Amino acid sequence: MLSRLSRRSPFNTSIFRSFATARERDEFRLQEYSQKYLGYRKAVFTEKLEIIDSSKAEAVPIYRVTDGLGNFIDSSQDPKFGKEMSVKIYETMTQLNIMDRILYDSQRQGRISFYMTNFGEEGNHVGSAAALKNSDLVYGQYREVGVLMWRGFPLEQFMHQCYGNSMDIGKGKQMPVHYGSKEHNFVTISSPLTTQLPQAVGSAYAFKRQPNNDRVVCVYFGDGAASEGDAHAAFNFAATLDCPIIFFCRNNGYAISTPTSEQYAGDGIAGKGPGYGLHTIRVDGNDLFAVYNATQEARRVALTNKPVLIEAMTYRLGHHSTSDDSTAYRLDFKKVQTWGDKDHPIERFKTYLVEKNWWDDEKEKAWQKEVRKRVLKAFGDAEKTKLAHFHELFEGVYDQVPELLKRQRDELDNHLKEYGEHYPLDRCLRK
Amino acid sequence: MAAFRPFSSLLVGGNTRQLLAKRGAAHFNFQPSDAPKEYGDVRQKMNLCQAVNNAMDIAMDTDPSAVLFGEDVAFGGVFRCSIGLKDKYGADRVFNTPLCEQGIAGFGIGLAVAGSTAIAEIQFGDYIFPAYDQLVNEAAKYRYRSGGLFECGKLTVRATWGAVGHGALYHSQCPEANFTHTPGVKVVIPRGPTQAKGLLLSCIRDDNPTIFFEPKILYRLAAEEVPVGDFMIPLSKAETVRKGKDVTIVSWGTQVHVCLEAAQLAQEKLGVSAEVIDLQTIQPWDEDHVVESVKRTGRLIVSHEAPKTSGFGAEIAATIQDRCFLHLESPVNRSCGWDTPFPHVYEPFYLPTVWRVFDSIKKTVKY
Ligand SMILES: Cc1ncc(C[n+]2csc(CCOP(=O)(O)OP(=O)(O)O)c2C)c(N)n1
Ligand SMILES: [Mg+2]
Repeated sequence: MLSRLSRRSPFNTSIFRSFATARERDEFRLQEYSQKYLGYRKAVFTEKLEIIDSSKAEAVPIYRVTDGLGNFIDSSQDPKFGKEMSVKIYETMTQLNIMDRILYDSQRQGRISFYMTNFGEEGNHVGSAAALKNSDLVYGQYREVGVLMWRGFPLEQFMHQCYGNSMDIGKGKQMPVHYGSKEHNFVTISSPLTTQLPQAVGSAYAFKRQPNNDRVVCVYFGDGAASEGDAHAAFNFAATLDCPIIFFCRNNGYAISTPTSEQYAGDGIAGKGPGYGLHTIRVDGNDLFAVYNATQEARRVALTNKPVLIEAMTYRLGHHSTSDDSTAYRLDFKKVQTWGDKDHPIERFKTYLVEKNWWDDEKEKAWQKEVRKRVLKAFGDAEKTKLAHFHELFEGVYDQVPELLKRQRDELDNHLKEYGEHYPLDRCLRK
Repeated sequence: MAAFRPFSSLLVGGNTRQLLAKRGAAHFNFQPSDAPKEYGDVRQKMNLCQAVNNAMDIAMDTDPSAVLFGEDVAFGGVFRCSIGLKDKYGADRVFNTPLCEQGIAGFGIGLAVAGSTAIAEIQFGDYIFPAYDQLVNEAAKYRYRSGGLFECGKLTVRATWGAVGHGALYHSQCPEANFTHTPGVKVVIPRGPTQAKGLLLSCIRDDNPTIFFEPKILYRLAAEEVPVGDFMIPLSKAETVRKGKDVTIVSWGTQVHVCLEAAQLAQEKLGVSAEVIDLQTIQPWDEDHVVESVKRTGRLIVSHEAPKTSGFGAEIAATIQDRCFLHLESPVNRSCGWDTPFPHVYEPFYLPTVWRVFDSIKKTVKY
């Protein structure tokens, strides 16, 4: 009967009327709405006039595994890391923390031009990275150094990048902390926010088309970055094009000075997920076990070409960057301290290690000392390493240096022959 | 385990100043200007940041419809240009927006369409591109496409601009030429605090959408005596900042100071008298002013930080060869950034330095 109807002109209402009861019409339309408009969600009519008040809806719950002291609440959720894995997790988080302190201070001393710390967010980096496969492609924002460190990016390379010297695999092109590594499946960081999100979806789609795909893409971003138009594009593309991707939002309460209360008015970032048709979970970002479990499950789901959004709740303990003084807007300095005291991801995880007798004060001391030594050594070496020859500035604009740029390069060479004394040629390697 | 908490070393002496040329000296010396008498006798030392703040203060005070917004604007902005204004004018007039440049531009257009004065801040000129569609296809064409029924002339977009010493690809760009190729928006760039104040007030009060690029390296580095009252510097008027007779140099923003220094060197070392013009409004630009100068000197150099190819220098060169062909003694020279993205550690080799401009003067005069 539906097919007969559809063959008739939709304007021929009298015929329509003769063939359909009110109920049949409802059913027809509900089926159409459901299948074609609403992604097979069950559609219903209501006669109750009610505008949904989003503030009345319950917030997406925060999945956690351990309590604030680091003790398991439901032992079935214990991912049961062995000793080796646990120690590696702890060592990565602490190494990151120590590197951050040293590089932060070095910027203060004017030795590197810029830096951004990861303080307070170590747990969500390492927890998620440990649940991914190292072959999964990662797109970062900038404050996800723990992911790259977990994958074994060498300390030396972090420092070379911060100096932009001739050993920097990024070739001195970008500001400090814009790391990238093909070997570690970590796409080079770009400063313009959120641009990585739709790109990550494209990569995920490319993965999906490969036979027997066993890779997902995990893309990281902040609570602020989630406001850009690119975030909307990415969520919508991933869901409509069924991409194997994990959207990992680090909600740390701030985008520079802007608190989340001025960034969005809904139920955080997770609240947006269902609206886009994304599988969604909100997780305690300072609970490494919870982040690990959530990411592992998200990865399983994503591999079935269902994109997943994870919102990790955390707190930015440090300033936004070395260009920022957060005391100008986080007036309640005590609150910052409270966060550090009451919920530090490294301390929470340490409870576990100590309880298992896999770690103690002596190990802690020795480890801290060793890392400090290694970081300082790598830092000193990077500082001493010269910049690449200045011709590098013309490389990589295109795959080949075009004639136009060759002429400009010659122009610069000729200029430097006469005026070289006014340029920092001694900081660069010779040809 | 206080070891993992950053407070001990972190929360002391943080300072936005750090962003500005800390490592090594800046690539130029700021040359203060003396504002004309008619702008007012009472003056106060201000840096460019304070001058912008002062202009916005006056704009908001004299126009109750004016609102100021953008990322991190409420607490004073990451460069501190809006400091104190929220307390003075209220949170409904000075406020943070979500982090979204296309939203900021579109929202600003809508305010202006509805009759409000909109002062929108884009934190870095490099991040104006998500707003490009709104500015190029919407703001610039509103009046034209509606036959004058609707327009958004009350919109001013402020964005920081230019090299700072270590900003690399995305904290250094000069995207003026991306907008001068768009009829319908005005593009304005000041060289110092006095111009920043007078030109910004003109932009805010102009009946066309304007983009006001602020050379961020000058925020603190450039300080001079600025008239404290309400004054406006006319748009689309260039200013000759150094008189000369052998060669004309046209520039804008930070680069004016580089050119002034090169002109001084040329005087000392070559005995060449170079005239330096600050274009101030890049579009619509003051052709007649430049033409008059080139007809006297017979030579022209255009210098900007942005890449040479399709930079606004190309437009000036084309116009001048058209209008001054028989007066030219040498080809128009362009001393600009190379045609590459803005590199981090190679910035000193990338910029059109004092020595590159000096060399251009030498070559142009000896052609
Ligand atoms: C398109 C764009 N706009 C603005 C900026 C300047 N900016 C850099 S980081 C940042 C805040 C980002 O906050 P969030 O996404 O929450 O990340 P978090 O720093 O908290 O880790 C802003 C506004 C930028 N880099 N790119
Ligand atoms: Mg944030």
